[in-house]
Amino acid sequence: MTDTHVASPPKGAAAPEPGGPARNPALARAALLLLRGRTLVVLVLLVVFFSAISSEYLTQSNLILMTKHVAINAILAIGVTFVILTGGIDLSVGSIAGLAGMVSGGLLFKGLNVPGGTVFFSVAVVILIGIVVGALVGAVNGLVITRFKVAPFIATLGMLYVARGLAQLHSNGGTYPDLAGDPSRGNTGFHFIGVDSVLGIPVAVWIMVLVAIAAVVVTTRTPFGRRIFAVGGNERAAILAGIRVNRVKIAVYVISGACAALAGLLLTSELGAAYPDTATTYELNAIAAAVLGGTALSGGRGTIIGTVMGAFVIGFLSDGLVLVGVSTFWQSVVKGAVIVFAVITEQAQQRLQSGLAKHTA
Amino acid sequence: MTAPEILQARNVSKSYGGVRALKDVTFTAYRGKVNVLVGENGAGKSTLMKILSGAEQPTSGEILLDGEPVTLPSPRDAQARGIGIIHQELSLFPDLSIAENMFAGRELRRGRRFVDARRQRRRAREVLTRLGQERLDPGTLVGELPIGQQQLVEIGRALLEDVRVLIMDEPTSALSSHEVGVLFGVMADLREQDVTVIYISHKLDEFRRIGDWVTVFRDGNLVAHESMSRTDTGWIVRQMVGRDPDSLYVRNSSAVGDVLLEVRDLSVAGAVPVDNVSLTVRAGEVVGIYGLMGAGRTELVECLMGMRKPVTGAVHIRGKAENEGTVQARMGAGLALVPEDRQRDGLVQTMSVRDNILLAIVARLTHGGLLSGGAEQKTAAAKVKDLAIKIPGLSAAVTALSGGNQQKVVLARALLTEPVVLLLDEPTRGIDVGAKAQIAALMADLAAQGFGVLFISSELAEVIAMADRVLVMARGRITAEFTAENVTEEALVAASASDRVLEAS
Repeated sequence: MTDTHVASPPKGAAAPEPGGPARNPALARAALLLLRGRTLVVLVLLVVFFSAISSEYLTQSNLILMTKHVAINAILAIGVTFVILTGGIDLSVGSIAGLAGMVSGGLLFKGLNVPGGTVFFSVAVVILIGIVVGALVGAVNGLVITRFKVAPFIATLGMLYVARGLAQLHSNGGTYPDLAGDPSRGNTGFHFIGVDSVLGIPVAVWIMVLVAIAAVVVTTRTPFGRRIFAVGGNERAAILAGIRVNRVKIAVYVISGACAALAGLLLTSELGAAYPDTATTYELNAIAAAVLGGTALSGGRGTIIGTVMGAFVIGFLSDGLVLVGVSTFWQSVVKGAVIVFAVITEQAQQRLQSGLAKHTA
Repeated sequence: MTAPEILQARNVSKSYGGVRALKDVTFTAYRGKVNVLVGENGAGKSTLMKILSGAEQPTSGEILLDGEPVTLPSPRDAQARGIGIIHQELSLFPDLSIAENMFAGRELRRGRRFVDARRQRRRAREVLTRLGQERLDPGTLVGELPIGQQQLVEIGRALLEDVRVLIMDEPTSALSSHEVGVLFGVMADLREQDVTVIYISHKLDEFRRIGDWVTVFRDGNLVAHESMSRTDTGWIVRQMVGRDPDSLYVRNSSAVGDVLLEVRDLSVAGAVPVDNVSLTVRAGEVVGIYGLMGAGRTELVECLMGMRKPVTGAVHIRGKAENEGTVQARMGAGLALVPEDRQRDGLVQTMSVRDNILLAIVARLTHGGLLSGGAEQKTAAAKVKDLAIKIPGLSAAVTALSGGNQQKVVLARALLTEPVVLLLDEPTRGIDVGAKAQIAALMADLAAQGFGVLFISSELAEVIAMADRVLVMARGRITAEFTAENVTEEALVAASASDRVLEAS
């Protein structure tokens, strides 16, 4: 019934009016596309740049090696992305990785003391226990945040110390030096996940691919995924839409904890020994990968694919810098600058996007 | 009769990209008068005000101040020339005091570096007195004030400056009628002091009380400019929407059926309590709750929806006692709430139109645990068509829609939960007349389909025109009940200020 006639949109791109915010929509759209795919663009540029400097960069063996390095951070970052999408943050993933590594390492090295002797579990069970430990720590994070209304930054900062302390207490600060197991105990083969390859690709990379696929499906194709985005986009609206916000929040911290534990197990397997300081400060790399991949720290916006790309950028950049002989100090500087630059381009994308939305509306 | 003109926009046009928001508009504000601007959302009023306050530059045309052509390159330049603006959205610092807010960015100094807090407080107190708020301590944190008083602080901020022209963009949308009265008193004072007021409003019954001149915008054109005394409400609405106002609100006239919602002795504790409220809503009935801000209306419906815990009371839906007070339980029992503040409680701004519409029912649109894109698209598209929501596309950002269409998105989500009683908290706030009419028609239509409708409104005309029964709330209690036959504006206003409690029959 409202017969308000809207001014007819300009035909083609030849809008004669000067000075509008989107003077050339076609150009703006192209720029937006470029900004949306910027993580990929940066990755390609990195590969082109380093392979021009070093002939070793773009070799099959180096690519596989670098991807393996990426895998651990990518798995951590995927878990953290779930949390960030709800508007939270998880600073404890590095410590959870360390704790899971110690728990599993201990089970393999010295077994579990029970009344009447020592029990050893098979590697599969050990891995499962490690992941469950991570998930439980994540559940504690989630409960502290939802039940006691502690800010996620504080709750997980606390857990960063608690979980690391528990990892050190586990061995009294020592190392479990040998995780090879013993055929008589039926617990050999832990090196499979962190050292071995299948079809020429490291198992860790396969695991990353599986985790990423699962995460993509969960975030984009399930009601639970939709709820995660809703909680991060507007928590009050999510509550009114009948979403059990606390459950969603606890779930994402459990997912983050489980991913962190898995990453810790891969790292421990690769190292062949469990150190209590494993994965210290890895949480920062994980958050950086998520942010680099376009996940908004305010919640509600981001993709798993973006996070994986972000992890690739960080990994390929670090390894490239090492390969061309840049000092570790400069590596740090470059990495930091890239992260900040990524957020700047994210802002540009948001502006352009809302500009275009107004233009079409 | 005609006062000298102080501010004039002459042949002003403004284009955004290819869209012409203002088309060759010549607008005159008369000195020492209240110049009212009305028009539907997107009619061009706000664009013109942005140009007059220096926030935007016209694509063509000129601005005259006291007959002299001027350019206003920024809001600061406009302020320097005595043109101040109060925006619809509050721009206050909740953790600073009233005085600190008023002087934010232009603090009074003692010496070169130190803030003269005492002098600021004194000046703030003077301004508050001028605004009829002499009991308010300038040291109070703004975040602790009700929204109406926050609006007055914003106005006070503008009054501190030496304003000659004060532009107010819908300043009363969050005010109670008492606060509106105070504001209108202030505007009358300003007029006495030769200050020119340009006043944008949607509320027909309000601005007719205060305006001297009325200018109507439609589709970027200035369609009418008239002395208020020579107009009536019908004429203004006709100019705004280009049709007759009698068709604006549709009255529900369906037969009343069973009791769908029964509330008995419900009390909610808190800053704004609900005190022993009992009410019923029947099938086919549109029940209105009228009351001032802070009367407990929002708290009542939020409690019904399971968002607040009651202290005492019972809720029966379709005759069944609903003891579990969670949002999920109430939704399952057949309640749905369209909230008052759709930006804060309704929309997920980061999501598309489709995802917003489907948010409450995504779990039903799965196939083998995974979302079914086809079912999603079909369900959302059907609701968009049902409610005639104007969208660029289902995957468009929900923020790209107009207020009225955003409201319909929230309504669509509520309807998809298949409620039996729909709770609507200020369903027509901040949307234009055309969209209001559509929402009103939808409410009547829902009642005709056998839903129960319970809506909250602060607009007398709306409550009187739409409700079969009107309940009045004041201080958390229901103070009066009227039927469509015996309700009058005077009775509603009296009851909304009353302490008397209606005895539950």
